[in-house]
Amino acid sequence: MSETIKFTIDGKECQGTKGQLLVDAAADNGVYIPVLCHMRDLIPAGSCRICTVKVNGRNMAACTTPAEEGMAVENNTPEFLDIRKAIVEMLFVEGNHFCPACEKSGNCDLQALGYKYQMMVPRFPYAFERREIDATTPKIFLERNRCIFCKRCVRVIKDEEGRNIFAFKGRGNTLEINIDRKLAATMTDEIAQKAMDICPVGCILKKEIGFVNPIGQRKYDTMPIGSDIENNHQ
Amino acid sequence: MKEKIISIIKAHGTDTARLMDILLRVQAEFGYVSTEAVSIMATMLHISEVDVVQTLSFYHFFTTDAVGKYAVYMNNSLVSCMMGMKEVVDEFEKQAGIKFGSKTPDGLIGLYYTACIGMNDQEPAALINGIVFTELNREKVRNIVADMKAGKSVNDMVAVIGDGINANPLMKSMVKNNIRKSGPVILADYTLGIGIAKALTTDSKSVIKEVKDSNLRGRGGAGFPTGMKWDFCSRETGVHYVLCNADEGEPGTFKDRVLLTERAYMVFEGMTIGGYAIGAAEGILYLRNEYTYMKAYLENVLNDMRTKNFLGNNILGKGFNFDIRIQMGAGAYVCGEESALIESSEGKRGEPRNRPPFPVQKGYKGKPTIVNNVETFCSVVRISEKGASWYNAIGTSESAGTKLLSISGDCKLPGVYEIAWGMSINEMLEMVGAENVQTVQVAGPSGICLPPKQFDRKIALEDLPTGGSMIVIGQHRDLLKDVVLNFMEFFADESCGSCVTCRSFNMILRNAIEKIVDGHGIKKDVENMLAWSEILRKTTRCGLGQTSSNPISTTIKNFRELYDARVKDVDYQSDFDMQKSVLASCEAVGRSSVVHE
Repeated sequence: MSETIKFTIDGKECQGTKGQLLVDAAADNGVYIPVLCHMRDLIPAGSCRICTVKVNGRNMAACTTPAEEGMAVENNTPEFLDIRKAIVEMLFVEGNHFCPACEKSGNCDLQALGYKYQMMVPRFPYAFERREIDATTPKIFLERNRCIFCKRCVRVIKDEEGRNIFAFKGRGNTLEINIDRKLAATMTDEIAQKAMDICPVGCILKKEIGFVNPIGQRKYDTMPIGSDIENNHQ
Repeated sequence: MKEKIISIIKAHGTDTARLMDILLRVQAEFGYVSTEAVSIMATMLHISEVDVVQTLSFYHFFTTDAVGKYAVYMNNSLVSCMMGMKEVVDEFEKQAGIKFGSKTPDGLIGLYYTACIGMNDQEPAALINGIVFTELNREKVRNIVADMKAGKSVNDMVAVIGDGINANPLMKSMVKNNIRKSGPVILADYTLGIGIAKALTTDSKSVIKEVKDSNLRGRGGAGFPTGMKWDFCSRETGVHYVLCNADEGEPGTFKDRVLLTERAYMVFEGMTIGGYAIGAAEGILYLRNEYTYMKAYLENVLNDMRTKNFLGNNILGKGFNFDIRIQMGAGAYVCGEESALIESSEGKRGEPRNRPPFPVQKGYKGKPTIVNNVETFCSVVRISEKGASWYNAIGTSESAGTKLLSISGDCKLPGVYEIAWGMSINEMLEMVGAENVQTVQVAGPSGICLPPKQFDRKIALEDLPTGGSMIVIGQHRDLLKDVVLNFMEFFADESCGSCVTCRSFNMILRNAIEKIVDGHGIKKDVENMLAWSEILRKTTRCGLGQTSSNPISTTIKNFRELYDARVKDVDYQSDFDMQKSVLASCEAVGRSSVVHE
């Protein structure tokens, strides 16, 4: 039997199941905590840090923290709104993101968060990093300029025998996403499409097909990111 | 090559969890890990090639190109630079005819930089094919390179042997212990077996209670109560593990190196007591790659302890089974973080884990695990021997016992000191013969840069906590350029990169301090650095990111005038430097540029 618990987010009374990740419990109560690396039912990566909230006075990532009875969570405070904006800005200066030319524009979580937090000019200097594009595999373009290292593809996309098709390479500022050429050659169209769909940005692109949905009719063109969660519970 | 690689993989049980060891063997055997080797490993271990590469590419001492028959890894951390690294580098480059970061066309000599190698009391120091060379100067470098050209083996280049166990035939190292002050707990006379024998006469609960009552707190720097950690772990069911953290990577610490040299038996005895306390049968000593020169000696100590029945089955006839293996690291500071150390021990990238669960719940191979520092385990032995109240009487009310300090930098007597907690910085400086001190870097780069007006503060967990690194910095040093920039480069290199803020902010902050050092800074830059440091501290996953902005934030707080003197009071100043940008092309064409302001 799962135990029901009560907690608050910015004063709002919430209910959840003990042990459920805070970010999911919040969503079930109509509270949006932004995520880039998190996906429900997937082992959390805790890597993008944009879901950082304050729990009983301590800063925690909502995607790796289990909900507990009596937790007092601070989410949409000026402090965290600014931190989240800073993280979005940081990702924009770290990679090379040119939204107008990107196939994922309008379906991109990073871009949508940029709008949500009303990013204008990033406060940080651009890094202008050189990143290699990998187009050597049959189904996928790996557009590394846009990678935000969320590890979704690493965690989700496997071959038939459970081996990783994507993995990190290097560390720190030499970190890059790597694709296994041998195993990627065995990818089906469905897996390739899935890889593109779970990528929160425009790093993983399926070859030979593009702009099926025209810009203007895409996911975040009509509704801001997180509004589905917030609207479900009004 | 193929057969050899296959046999290495088989020797490690064709086990993916031993990927670190497989890669280390291959690297040692061939001087690099080839694409072919990666492919063979992937096939035999039944993982993808990118999985092999993700571990391979994480560690500093794994390479995919041959490093050279003689691979020089020069320490470029702060104290090495302070003690004259620049001259040594210049001489190496002159003699070898190449720049650092490359190897000679014939593949004979490779020159590379590396982070602190745990020799701060005898800098400048370098590793050459894993052998330590200390107190380098131009003359020594000339001899070394001449020996290389003559094809001499690296072991034979070691002319003068160090003191104590460093002279053991299995170690035969030029490293010096520099033990300057012994205390009652760690460096007092030690006889193998008293602590473990006493522990085995009581039950495991009593051992934990004794450690709890002693108020021993973790000696790696974080100061978590050891007894409490053991208690949590012992309450979990199933197989348990003991890990000893000998990944002494904080620039400026070297006391664990001395303990592993002079108190190896004590370290292993402490691990065994830990194993008995929590109910583990297996222990792992995670030894940093820089200390590979000790491995043969340590293996020999383990064998000796097995022979004497201090390890193995039915230890001292008390029915307790415990053994220890050594896991070598491969060069990654972040592996000193306990969950990253566990990941690395499992053959993976040293990325810190998300918590919960904590290692005491789910650690090595997902089983309850205690991870303790080398010095912590040594302390446990003495606590078992002399009792909690004896131990507790030493030190301060909140910091029981003694602490080993690794003191280096601008002082007459760098080395290892065992002090009772509670000593003031002033007393410490007098002890080491330091004058005209600008600052003391307490607890290494991740600690604080302490101004003289605070030198009356006490070295204690409740005032100035430290894992032991104490770097004395004289008045004549350029604090921002020599110290802060060096530290930030270190953190930018050593961030595992898996969380956004640590990966990105350390680069951003590194560039920001460089902008100021280069004279392009403005007042706003200083405010920005403070604000950005705060975001990094609040959002990052592990201790590395939570402390990596300290070189900047503590110097802005304590030495604001140094920043103010360097920045301009204008709204905007580009960090673009025309002269610097065209320097390489000017050199190439043999001209100089004229820039009009």
